[in-house]
Amino acid sequence: MEILNALFIAPFVDMVSYPIFFTEVVVSGLLTGVMYSLVALGFVLIFKASGVFNFAQGAMVLFAALTLVGLMERGVPVWAALGLAVVVMVVLAVVVERFMLRHLVNQEGIILFMATIGLAFLLEGFGEMVWGSNVKPLDVGIPSESFEIGGVLLNEFDLYAAASGSALVAVLAVFFHYTRIGMALRAVADDHQAALSVGIPLKTIWIIVWSVAGFVGLVAGIMWGSKSGVQFSLSLIALKALPVLILGGFTSIPGAIVGGLIIGVGEKIAEIYWGPLIGGAIENWFAYMLALAFLLFRPQGLFGERIIERV
Amino acid sequence: MFYREAGQFKTNYAADQSVFPINLDRWFIAAALVIAFVVIPMTASEYWLQAVLIPILVFTMAAIGLNLLVGYAGQLSLGTGGFMAVGAFMTYKITTAFPEINIILVFLASGLCAGGVGLLFGIPSLRIKGFYLAVSTLAAQFFLVWMFNKVEWFYNYEPSGSITAPPREIFGVMITGPTAAAEARYIVALVLVLIFAVVAKNLVRGAIGRSWMAVRDMDIAAEIIGIQPFKTKLVAFAVSSFYCGMAGAMMVFLWLGSAETEAFSITESFNVLFMIIIGGLGSIMGSFLGATFIVGLPILLSNVPQSFGLAMAIDTQKHIEVMVFGSLIIFFLIVEPHGLARLWQITKEKLRLWPFPY
Repeated sequence: MEILNALFIAPFVDMVSYPIFFTEVVVSGLLTGVMYSLVALGFVLIFKASGVFNFAQGAMVLFAALTLVGLMERGVPVWAALGLAVVVMVVLAVVVERFMLRHLVNQEGIILFMATIGLAFLLEGFGEMVWGSNVKPLDVGIPSESFEIGGVLLNEFDLYAAASGSALVAVLAVFFHYTRIGMALRAVADDHQAALSVGIPLKTIWIIVWSVAGFVGLVAGIMWGSKSGVQFSLSLIALKALPVLILGGFTSIPGAIVGGLIIGVGEKIAEIYWGPLIGGAIENWFAYMLALAFLLFRPQGLFGERIIERV
Repeated sequence: MFYREAGQFKTNYAADQSVFPINLDRWFIAAALVIAFVVIPMTASEYWLQAVLIPILVFTMAAIGLNLLVGYAGQLSLGTGGFMAVGAFMTYKITTAFPEINIILVFLASGLCAGGVGLLFGIPSLRIKGFYLAVSTLAAQFFLVWMFNKVEWFYNYEPSGSITAPPREIFGVMITGPTAAAEARYIVALVLVLIFAVVAKNLVRGAIGRSWMAVRDMDIAAEIIGIQPFKTKLVAFAVSSFYCGMAGAMMVFLWLGSAETEAFSITESFNVLFMIIIGGLGSIMGSFLGATFIVGLPILLSNVPQSFGLAMAIDTQKHIEVMVFGSLIIFFLIVEPHGLARLWQITKEKLRLWPFPY
């Protein structure tokens, strides 16, 4: 009885009796969720445009952040370092297309997936060899003062992160829907062959989409890096983005956002209200279980394209 | 000239269906067995056995298991490390609770436990497919490792949180624990791997394997011709996890001697996946080749600079190793996406015509 009470009643009583604390938990969950979404976005972009499940996205986040910090450490001003980091990510996209994707056209999904794991190793090794493997603080001048709204404690930094995340999504949505390149990207996502036959240059499209994913990775890298320092473990946030990805659907940009928010809030609430009961440190697997539970009802994720199978 | 089936007549069905229909193949396998059982234990040094050969055998076991699931049944799984952990921790638990039970039986029992857990985590596979399934099997990976970390009962409330192989013997020879000779552990691992490789080979040749392959190629079509996809997938998950559990038990008890949950991290899952991709999906032979490649490559890479007399800072060397490993994987996938097993097959086909290819 006591266990049932502790599992099913006490947490809810806690939630209702301390509403301000509960709001704080939810808000901080939402803000963490935006950070997850930032990483998941990169996955979605590449999966949409090339059907590649790009496991190297985490390594790209790390690599972008390392490049930025490395340049700033060498005395390059922030704006120049940002520009250079973007250039580096574009160069990376070109190299990946030239030496990897081009040779793997028409291979099965799992082969491409494994190749991106290889790419992740390569990027981690390269980034750390060039820029060193010690933990580096990153400060691009985002203020991080704490303040209160209606008793809820907030951090300016998180708000900036959320704002830049939303801005990024808005820009990407406009880019995908209203520009010629965006239209070409959607065409490629729909059907490689058909896109080729109407004259869309597939290779250029891949470079563009990997560059955009690199840019998203850079933004995610700045946010995560400013929060926890730029270090090797940054590449592991890819593992945080995966449940977001399957929850929202591999092919949906809004899905990445909503999925991120659900996972962020769910994880925080579970950690704070149920975590102590079952030993704590549950955030490693809870997101996956949550996503799994959702998937049992919607196997293509919340916003994924409906899977139609024909014999 | 020598490697061909011409002139080797089969007079009964059993001979016709044998795993190695060509005489030369059988001689080759016999020679390989002699080398593995006699020559290697007599000549190999402690370092070779401990650092190279035993890990290869352990990972071959895991690779065969994952290959049954991914290569034959077509269900992509990233939970290998978790299932290996089940095998290892259950072996520890059973053998410390009942020390008198033969350790091999304990291995099998904990393999069955892992199979049961695999069955449980295989249930979503009916509805969830492809990469969605792969990511959801990560739930098994993270949850199981967390559980073995948190629930102290699994490691007998040891303050260190690690499990250590207690000394156990079969036929009067010590095979686990700190005093067991590397040769003995090697032979036990070899026997286990060979037996279960033969079992796996015959599984995939039989009705179960054919239903797996039908589901892999298209599960809806398989359902229409009367194969139950749910049952087939669950059996694949259970059998695969059994193999992975055995591999986990062998990893702690025959190779490492003691381990914590970190030994079964997601890195292991990816490594085993690399092995079956590099070795060849849907090939038992490929599992051996892939395990050899992935275990051997880092050792080779870390020894190359020294043999050229290059001195490097340790972390630089580590980074270069990781880079070379990554680029070799990419290179390999580009030049031979069907893996080492495919190269092996091509070699055999070439040999049939050699030396008169026209």
